[in-house]
Amino acid sequence: MTNISRREALAAGVGFATITMLPLSWAHADKALVDKAIADFTGGASVSEGNVSLDMPEIAENGNTVPLNVSVDSPMADDNYVESVMILASGNPTPGVATFHFTPLSGEAAATTRMRLASTQDVIAVAKTSKGEFFQAGTTVKVTIGGCGG
Amino acid sequence: MAKSKPRVKAPKKASAGDVVTIKTLISHKMETGLRKDKEGKIIPRKIINKFECSFNGASVFSCDILPAVSANPYLEFTMKAVESGEYNFKWTDDDGSIYEKKSKLTVA
Repeated sequence: MTNISRREALAAGVGFATITMLPLSWAHADKALVDKAIADFTGGASVSEGNVSLDMPEIAENGNTVPLNVSVDSPMADDNYVESVMILASGNPTPGVATFHFTPLSGEAAATTRMRLASTQDVIAVAKTSKGEFFQAGTTVKVTIGGCGG
Repeated sequence: MAKSKPRVKAPKKASAGDVVTIKTLISHKMETGLRKDKEGKIIPRKIINKFECSFNGASVFSCDILPAVSANPYLEFTMKAVESGEYNFKWTDDDGSIYEKKSKLTVA
């Protein structure tokens, strides 16, 4: 039987631990993808904070169905209404979630749905008005169990 | 998978100028295209990718949907009641199937 010194045994242990920890790094959308999605949506126009209210729970126990409510302050008149609202999730494998399209007939620029969140992350809503203005809001949701089958 | 069944809760009566809330749900698995089966093969994406609501032919609300929307996609939105008529709800599946539902609204 070969002799293994205490030092070698320890080194082997550390190496093994490193290998087993590596696959834990979860693939997710990075900030560049989120920025690109916003730029595609706005066409490079500047986005101001405010006017948009994004309502989500602070802590989601189950990332498979997280309620999301977005509303935008707007008169929804024929000459000034919210055309669309894009929802992005910064920590999902792909950032896109959904884009809502409104018309003056919508009455209010508000919608509710349920979304998947892979892990604790920021969710962003970007609104576009018929006048070509852009507004955004974001919120952080803590997720206990991820919702992407991972 | 069982056939997708759309469900809608929309008011049947409203006063002119009211903003009414419409709730819709369709049973659908919303397979993301990211999950793998037991053999490690990726399960192909199959989701409802579009929802549209119109009233008397005029668009009220529509939504482009991506895989990050939960299974059995639920959507709640509003409509300004102006005249009596018919709602038309339409869901489009990745495989090209279209699910539709209609209901009526009387404006007093």
